[in-house]
Amino acid sequence: MKIGRRSFLSFIIGGAAGTALSPLAWKSMDDSSIWSQNWPWTPVPADGEVSHVNSVCTLCPGGCGITVRKVDDRAVKIEGMKGHPVNDGGVCILGLSALQLLYGPTRVKAPLKRVGERGEEKWQEISWSEAVAEVAAKLGDLRSKGKSHTVCSILDSDKGTVPYLFGRLLTVYGSPNFIRTPSIQDSYELAINLMHGVQASAGFDVEHADFVLSFGSGLIDGWGSPVRMFKANSNWKDSGSKVVQIEPRLSNTAAKSDKWIPINPGTEVALAMGLAHVIIKESLYDSDFVNNYSSGFDKFKQLVLDKYNPDNVAQITGVDSSALVSLARNFAHASKPLAVCGRGQGKTQGSLDEFIAVHALNALVGNINSEGGVWAVPDPDYIKWPEVEMDSVAAVGMQKERIDGAGSETYPYARYLLNRFSGVVNSEEESPVNALFVAGANPLYTISDSKAVKEAFSKIPFVVSFSSYMDETAKNADLILPNHVFLERYEDVPMPVGLQKHVIGLSRPVVKPQFNTKHVGDVIILIAKALGGRIADAFPWDNYEACLEETLGDKWESIVENGFWSDPDFKVPASEEAFNTPSGKFEFIPANLKSPLDFSPVTIEGSDISYPLILVPYDSMRLANGFIGNPPFITKTVEDTVLKGKDVFVEINPKTAEEIGLIEGRYVDIRTPRGKAKVRVHLFDGIMPGIVALPRGLGHTAYDKYIAGKGINFNELIGPVEDPVSGFDAAWGIRARLTKV
Amino acid sequence: MKKEVKNEKAKKYGMVIDLDKCTGCGACMVACMSENNVPFKEDESNKLDSIAWMRVYKLTNGKPFPEADICYLPRPCMHCEGHNGHAPCVSVCPATATDYNHETGIVSQIYTRCFGCRYCMVACPYHARYFNWWDPVWPEGMEKYLNPDVSPRMRGVVEKCSFCFHRYQTAMNKAYVEGRRKLEEDEYQTSCAQACPADAITFGDLNDPAHAVHQIAKPDLKHGGRSSNPNAFRLLERLGTNPKVYYLSSREWVRRAGDNYLKKDKTVKKLH
Repeated sequence: MKIGRRSFLSFIIGGAAGTALSPLAWKSMDDSSIWSQNWPWTPVPADGEVSHVNSVCTLCPGGCGITVRKVDDRAVKIEGMKGHPVNDGGVCILGLSALQLLYGPTRVKAPLKRVGERGEEKWQEISWSEAVAEVAAKLGDLRSKGKSHTVCSILDSDKGTVPYLFGRLLTVYGSPNFIRTPSIQDSYELAINLMHGVQASAGFDVEHADFVLSFGSGLIDGWGSPVRMFKANSNWKDSGSKVVQIEPRLSNTAAKSDKWIPINPGTEVALAMGLAHVIIKESLYDSDFVNNYSSGFDKFKQLVLDKYNPDNVAQITGVDSSALVSLARNFAHASKPLAVCGRGQGKTQGSLDEFIAVHALNALVGNINSEGGVWAVPDPDYIKWPEVEMDSVAAVGMQKERIDGAGSETYPYARYLLNRFSGVVNSEEESPVNALFVAGANPLYTISDSKAVKEAFSKIPFVVSFSSYMDETAKNADLILPNHVFLERYEDVPMPVGLQKHVIGLSRPVVKPQFNTKHVGDVIILIAKALGGRIADAFPWDNYEACLEETLGDKWESIVENGFWSDPDFKVPASEEAFNTPSGKFEFIPANLKSPLDFSPVTIEGSDISYPLILVPYDSMRLANGFIGNPPFITKTVEDTVLKGKDVFVEINPKTAEEIGLIEGRYVDIRTPRGKAKVRVHLFDGIMPGIVALPRGLGHTAYDKYIAGKGINFNELIGPVEDPVSGFDAAWGIRARLTKV
Repeated sequence: MKKEVKNEKAKKYGMVIDLDKCTGCGACMVACMSENNVPFKEDESNKLDSIAWMRVYKLTNGKPFPEADICYLPRPCMHCEGHNGHAPCVSVCPATATDYNHETGIVSQIYTRCFGCRYCMVACPYHARYFNWWDPVWPEGMEKYLNPDVSPRMRGVVEKCSFCFHRYQTAMNKAYVEGRRKLEEDEYQTSCAQACPADAITFGDLNDPAHAVHQIAKPDLKHGGRSSNPNAFRLLERLGTNPKVYYLSSREWVRRAGDNYLKKDKTVKKLH
């Protein structure tokens, strides 16, 4: 057949019409689209009976109550617990993501023993009895050689039954080396100890303050107990209370404050003294408190009047002297002013001088232990275990000096100095630490100068991690004895950070343990029993749960019922009885301090010639930067001007960027005296010229692919700067240089 | 029974977000993701394909140091009423996969009807809609936390904020069983409003004078729901989308950031 134009066209048109009229094409398209939408790998979550369990979140020291929604035996959603004295229904981004930690791929699923090199991630699963036997053998061996004092524990807290069990084991075993991870708790405790003469935590009555002066504290960036602070901030908006934020970068707190005062980094102490100068000079202070309940005021007065007049302070801080004067007047004239410090989320210690100066401001306006002020809150004394009976080895070991030097002649005031740990270990040929236990902490990531910390860890012959997750410290340990995640275990959570009342929360098993993990409290008891003798005698409990129930005593039932216990009658003593200093009064110049404070700004490491810029970190609620890695949900909320792909952005003022010849998005090398990294540039008008900022919480090298390998860890770029009197790490920034790549 | 239901006064669920209180913490985003089974990928830094029913934007006032200022703006679906239910997305959907519910004022999204043409994404002026370019994958074990009230979406469909409609259904079921027709204000709250640690998000029935949203937003129903609160504004209000999400800010530059104003333009509230 000859195919002409006409027949060709009829064939095409006929074919098209035929196809269009036939249901085949449409039907198969429809079928395929339905089929492709019903691929079996799109999960269908099983329905079931809904229930709710009240518990307490332990992912930060905030101590918020949570209500977990369950469907059958699965936990499906975490919500804030209504009526809880800390967070009353609110919940933060990290608490909301906790189920990703519970069910996530980053869990350690069984006790693991290292078989390859450190950090090589070659593990062998062992049984719990083998694991406990191995630890006990190692400890027994060290003890028999008289080296009990070379055993050391690093924990995130020293309050509650689990830290007490650790402390008890160390004591009865014969080691003074219980170390708490650093935070502003250290500096506040010491400032209160020196000025009040009591051992207590700082509590802030933020709900009643009407003028909040913050020296770089990220009030709504995760400082204190985050949800509580958010709620307080909203109350301040409703009630018209004023917030003044002093820091070099426009943080979220600064943006939401009524006034943001940029300041040269590290000079906050001078500003506080300048404010004291104006308050004293203009007699704006609370004369009742100062005259009747304080001592050393005249000396303090002389000091601030001599050295800190507004013009001097303006020169040091870069804050205009007239702004300083009006700030001092507004602060002193407010009916319930409150000054707080501890930068960012408060996860570094800071300089003691600064805390003393800021606390002196509070004393000047008479808001110590009063409504809307700063309270010295002693620990609730519900843990009343019998004194341990030490044998001779323990008694000798306990007499030895601590490894971190805290309490020694050089550092008589500090209780814990983890910042000195790596320096001490690295300075000696053979590690002075023979066994290290790490629980609820991830020092390889969170302590500054990561390189040195890693070196120190590699020198320690035996490292045991109790982490539930494969974090940096666990990855580089010899033995991992995974604890239950807080949603699988009982634990008391006393003293939510910054709270001015006594609250004990109870974490409880919301779901059954998902893997072959064990409560760290149980493991400690088992280790003690395996060691035998006086050590075993000190742990009369069958297991942790029995210990907890016995410890809480008559509080147990109500704490189980409500999820928390709080003391409605909690009060701090009136000013007549509150101070236990040599003078019996609040001391502006602490008499217990052997060498006087010089209130000088924090030293910033590095020379300004080779490093013309200053690098500071910033904390964000959207980046967990403590011992918990950022769960995938939170990382998803990070802006693309902070993290893009694997690159982190360094914030820089457009003016400074122009001087160096940098444009938005440009790759640069950032170098500091401690390290270097490749980052990208983000122009930000909210940062002082000459200063650059990087977020904390990125740059993990462990966990899983959702967490690891994104950005850089700020701690690799910064090192500790020792506070001269306390020995704390006072560093917040470090000198830096940017070069184009 | 059907008649009784019809006689019920129509509800109009809406939201007021106080930007003075919003701290930009992102809790609303994660509260939404965990309630609504929103998946995640290894890298979520390409925001064009990163699904976030609730997304918090960072606004800047564009001024140099030290006058620079920032403000955060959480953006759920605006559940536009348009004119009589003609929301921009509803009008263009060829599959009736998205619809305006006159009983509640909620714009629905029915995943099994959607065939992924993405007209609605083009029509939405708020970028509130997201396309599933991939099938969702949860790492082994993580399916356990999925919420059975919300079906996980498959590749090839569009999804968006539903004002947690499943919570409305659950609350209504409970009310019906208890012989009630009306919900109390706190019986139906979205996941983001419930979670917000700053109490910046208020949710409720804009038609009900007893509800906080009505009292704060003070919607003028004769003028397309425009608010008579001097600090309130809606996003791109002049497009006539009639959104049900109101924002509050005491800062003029933030209110102006809510629309594409020319220099000489005055902000909406000053027009009347």
